Amino acid sequence: MEIPNDLHYTIEHEWVRMKNNRATFGISDFAQGQLGDVVFVEIPAEGTELTKGSPFGVVESVKTVSDIYAPVTGKVVKVNKDLESQPELVNSDPYGQGWMIEIEFSNSNPEQNLLSAAQYREQCKDQE
Amino acid sequence: MVQNNTKDLKVTPLLDLHKELGAKLVPFAGWNMPIQFSGVLNEHICVREKVGLFDVSHMGEIEVKGKGAKKFLQFLLSNNMEKMLDGSVLYSLMCYENGGVVDDLLVYQFSENHYFLCVNASNSTKDYAWVEKQASSFNVNIKNISNETSQLALQGPFAKSVLQDLCDISLNELPYYNFRKGRINNVESIISRTGYTGEDGFELYLSPEKVSEVFRLIMDQGLPYGIQPIGLGARDTLRIEMGYPLYGNEIDDNPTPLDAGLGWVIKFDKGEFLGRESLLKQKEKKGQRQKLVGLKLLARGVPRAHYQISKNGKPVGEVASGTFSPTLKTGIGLCYVTNESEIGNHLDVKIRDQLVPAEVVKLPFVPSRVKK
Repeated sequence: MEIPNDLHYTIEHEWVRMKNNRATFGISDFAQGQLGDVVFVEIPAEGTELTKGSPFGVVESVKTVSDIYAPVTGKVVKVNKDLESQPELVNSDPYGQGWMIEIEFSNSNPEQNLLSAAQYREQCKDQE
Repeated sequence: MVQNNTKDLKVTPLLDLHKELGAKLVPFAGWNMPIQFSGVLNEHICVREKVGLFDVSHMGEIEVKGKGAKKFLQFLLSNNMEKMLDGSVLYSLMCYENGGVVDDLLVYQFSENHYFLCVNASNSTKDYAWVEKQASSFNVNIKNISNETSQLALQGPFAKSVLQDLCDISLNELPYYNFRKGRINNVESIISRTGYTGEDGFELYLSPEKVSEVFRLIMDQGLPYGIQPIGLGARDTLRIEMGYPLYGNEIDDNPTPLDAGLGWVIKFDKGEFLGRESLLKQKEKKGQRQKLVGLKLLARGVPRAHYQISKNGKPVGEVASGTFSPTLKTGIGLCYVTNESEIGNHLDVKIRDQLVPAEVVKLPFVPSRVKK
């Protein structure tokens, strides 16, 4: 299971990549493994305002359905349209081509309450 | 993502082999079972297009022996035992007096004095108690042989080719819903042309001491055909595409098996059997009853158990089992609806506050390819 060191994570198994005032995120390798084959990803349109900790979309796999929670507060500026036709990218490349949304964040301390890779690794160990 | 305490779970003799093959294990009916290996979609397609091997050793087996065996089963079960021949298999329901389903099962006839029943893992303890209780006034001996019986299912268009080179009976002479005793590379086995996938295939009953050896042998033999180990996840998606009921979803201890479209295994004209009177009353209520139908989603979404179904905003039923169909690449569900069950009817499935349009379609969702 892959947990890249340069990313932040949430307890709900999302990853976040921060760059300037933008955050890109998706679900972790652990999460995609637990869900199994992803068949649909429902994500909001560009321009939608997200609130940290609130569910904003769902990942539907063959076996189950799971909410996705916003890791930071801000406005959606980009969504991964490839997931419409290739939802399996979430399984095959969760931290790369399987990204879901890019948001422009408004709060000054977006890392607050997010987990480091080391902390997230500990959490996954407990849940395995 | 739930933590599971696995130490109280029963395991099949294949547990270590499953781990070696990369299985993800989950608790199912008190057993620690593989839900998937390479992934449900991939495994599903492998069974439809090539061949897959399932460990279904969690299934229960109950032996019925004695002079009164046939007469007893004729009373215990809803289907008609009369025409069964030695070496044949019959699908049946076993009902309570009130018509509720104890379990659905397969009957294997060795002779009119010797049968075994293959029952659901989740029900096997309850079933054994029920069968034994009912047997008291018949000349039969009932034995739970689940612990001394392992089961594999080899399913898919290449199943026959894979198995034929390993076994000493002619599979061309083994019709659907028949079985023979045979040897698979010198391991005694019951070879049954049955399955739960809608593909041609076999279910093999053998000793737990030998099941790992046979599993490996079949995997090796199947290599050139693209064989894969298959978990319970794909077992479920395969059976939903075929419209096969699963106890706990489409049928349960409610007295409504007729609603599930199982009238074909309830033979009222065979004479007295457990549940007959109640089921006959149910039958007369035709028109007021709900009906199990296939629903195919016309937009994106996956129906799941208990999702509500409506027509013009009015609730008309709910989903019993649903999944994303790997073959049709769309959401499908086996659903109970009142009225509104005509093929082609348009209904809505409520998925997270959204109404997703769906159409009533003929079952099975995917054509069966069993060798009838």
